Amino acid sequence: MAAAARVFIRGAHATLSVPGAGKQSSARSALLKLSPGCSSRLKTQQRHAAHFTFQPEPVTTQYGPTQKMNLFQSITSALDNTLASDPTAVIFGEDVAFGGVFRCTVGLRDKYGKDRVFNTPLCEQGIVGFGIGAAVAGATAIAEIQFADYIFPAFDQIVNEAAKYRYRSGNLFDCGNLTIRAPWGCVGHGSLYHSQSPEAFFAHCPGIKIVIPRGPLEAKGLLLSCIADNNPCLFFEPKILYRAAVEQVPVDSYTIPLSQAEVLQEGSDVTLVAWGTQIHVLKEVANMAQEKLGVSCEVIDLRTILPWDTETICKEECFLNLEAPIARVCGYDTPFPHIFEPFYIPDKWKCFEAIKRMINY
Amino acid sequence: MFEDNPTNLKKESTASQLPQRRQLQHWHHVSSQAAHQQQPFDSSLEKPQFPGASAEFVDHLEFIQPNVISGIPVYRVMDRQGNIINASEDPQLSKETVLNFYQKMTLLNTMDRILYESQRQGRISFYMTNYGEEGTHIGSAAALESNDLVFGQYREAGVLMYRGFPLDLFMAQCYANADDLGKGRQMPVHYGSKDLNFVTISSPLATQIPQAVGAAYALKRENMNRAVICYFGEGAASEGDAHAGFNFSATLECPLIFFCRNNGYAISTPTNEQYRGDGIAARGPGYGMLSIRVDGNDVFAVYNATKEARRRAVAENQPFLIEAMTYRIGHHSTSDDSSAYRSVDEVNYWDKQDHPISRLRHYMTARDWWSEDDERSWRKQSRKTVMEAFERAERRLKPNPELLFTDVYEEMTPSLDKQRESMFRHIQQYKEHYPVDLYEK
Repeated sequence: MAAAARVFIRGAHATLSVPGAGKQSSARSALLKLSPGCSSRLKTQQRHAAHFTFQPEPVTTQYGPTQKMNLFQSITSALDNTLASDPTAVIFGEDVAFGGVFRCTVGLRDKYGKDRVFNTPLCEQGIVGFGIGAAVAGATAIAEIQFADYIFPAFDQIVNEAAKYRYRSGNLFDCGNLTIRAPWGCVGHGSLYHSQSPEAFFAHCPGIKIVIPRGPLEAKGLLLSCIADNNPCLFFEPKILYRAAVEQVPVDSYTIPLSQAEVLQEGSDVTLVAWGTQIHVLKEVANMAQEKLGVSCEVIDLRTILPWDTETICKEECFLNLEAPIARVCGYDTPFPHIFEPFYIPDKWKCFEAIKRMINY
Repeated sequence: MFEDNPTNLKKESTASQLPQRRQLQHWHHVSSQAAHQQQPFDSSLEKPQFPGASAEFVDHLEFIQPNVISGIPVYRVMDRQGNIINASEDPQLSKETVLNFYQKMTLLNTMDRILYESQRQGRISFYMTNYGEEGTHIGSAAALESNDLVFGQYREAGVLMYRGFPLDLFMAQCYANADDLGKGRQMPVHYGSKDLNFVTISSPLATQIPQAVGAAYALKRENMNRAVICYFGEGAASEGDAHAGFNFSATLECPLIFFCRNNGYAISTPTNEQYRGDGIAARGPGYGMLSIRVDGNDVFAVYNATKEARRRAVAENQPFLIEAMTYRIGHHSTSDDSSAYRSVDEVNYWDKQDHPISRLRHYMTARDWWSEDDERSWRKQSRKTVMEAFERAERRLKPNPELLFTDVYEEMTPSLDKQRESMFRHIQQYKEHYPVDLYEK
């Protein structure tokens, strides 16, 4: 399953050692020595910077003392709180034992034991099926799918089993104790199988909840809500934010309500709705619209995709009062491309242009 | 490492009578030892040092031949006439216990006849019988503790019956009436009972297999000496979920029994189109799992194997695979006519010559535990109780339509609430087009 590509992603963060080389540094520079005619800063060789600027939440004291954490650390913190307070909680999936390919579970196995944080064989349908069963038997089951792109073998277990467990049994049985986490969304170089946002495939499946945070503070509170929630939850973590997003995050447990969208800024002309990474794009777009067009934008983070907060998004009969058709700015109807990612993604210029066309409608 | 509890089995626990079983145990011992203790790396040895397998080198090219001509043997206690073959294998259950086995199997058979017929008459929408497989249900159910968790497929009603699920509730589920514990949401035979630790059946095949493993893992952590049993057919064993479940159970060391009912057909697909290896039992060793094949029509063989597997699964935290060979005498379901793909002679052979109910009856009559009069009066009584439950179920109203909307989530959501109100408004307005009088208000 694209093992080579996964190594590539880790390679971006790790340093590669050259086997059989003498002094590492000289061997490395010898390998990378470019020919005289080749500028080391050729435009075609430069990889693009991120398409957004992460906008951190303001510091809050309402949940107790805080600590600087990036997104993956905020996930670890949520899992740490959970394992500490809930003796039935277990975390499992591929490679979670050593800390996970995105370091979300670092230190947890040593702290809580190998019966509580453990690797499973490489099998997503098994991971989710196992998680359902553990939840049915009363354990708090937290399953990790290594990339959301690989959730599809588990689609049957999620849609036909987890989502319907309570309903079909007349509430005799349920797997509400199950939470499934997966890294989600574009990352700059992920291509077809390390960039997907598959929430739409699950969005019309009654019985599950789908939650996508925009940063570390939101992520920890929303993940803890998912774990506490008595319904099976899918929690997608924007992988591009794992290291890039840093905030002051409470050390103790706290929850952020599910199925409640958040109005991040008020506005009177145009409503912008997004979730996950795209919130940071839209916040910038809102500023651009104000500065360049004098347009006042309301920005809403949906947060929970299912069941979604219809009340916040569309006030009763709001669609009668729109002055322009709704614009959807998203990727094209193609698989997620590799080298064409800068052209593919709904960046701030595309969103800005959509607002411009909308107000001139 | 585990205690030897006195059991009804004469033999001492691990040392088996049959050489084949010992061979399988040895195989497990070697492979698990290798898996658990990865040998320290020592390149000076001429032995392979690969982390992936513990083995010797071999210098001639030879493919391992899968053994399907003389595969894993079938363990049985009684011959086809119900005579005990090896006295030390007779579990020597009490007369009361054996009579209960017999009555549960025959009560199931009677219920099956009546409910099958009720579908043909249009009274219920669908039914699946258990003809020929009663021994697999009762033998295994009797070998478990009442708080062991059961995950089934759809042809295990006898397990529920053995545990005491009342006829009224079987009928309520099939009729989807207001007494159905499942609140009328599923097709007939999708039973479930929290009190009896029988997880509600779902239609997708084999999905229960990895779930059973997860449940067993959770129960292992609870440390209450509970086991899980997971039933499935030889057809469902082809699903990816089965492979996933077997592999997870062995690597995660779960206390559960995989119980495969190999009844010869998956709807119309015979076993030679379902698999090419030596059935399901032969797959167990591939996963590092202790496995056995039993005569599923021999209720004592099923009982003995399940009892020992359960004892060891809990004591040793490892999975066991039991493949119970049997035959599906009935059609796949009321939507199937199996004469389209098999001969009546074949079916008759099993019905007349190798049936779990008649074999047990011969065992009983040989001991003067059951007479012709007992048989006649029991048949009459069981038919009467089934018919009474049937008539009660038929008269009962269906559940309140508001139950269409509950239990999607633990809590009612605003949008579902709106939909519910909208539905009731609509029905109020168009009530002559909806069967409202059949449902509770």
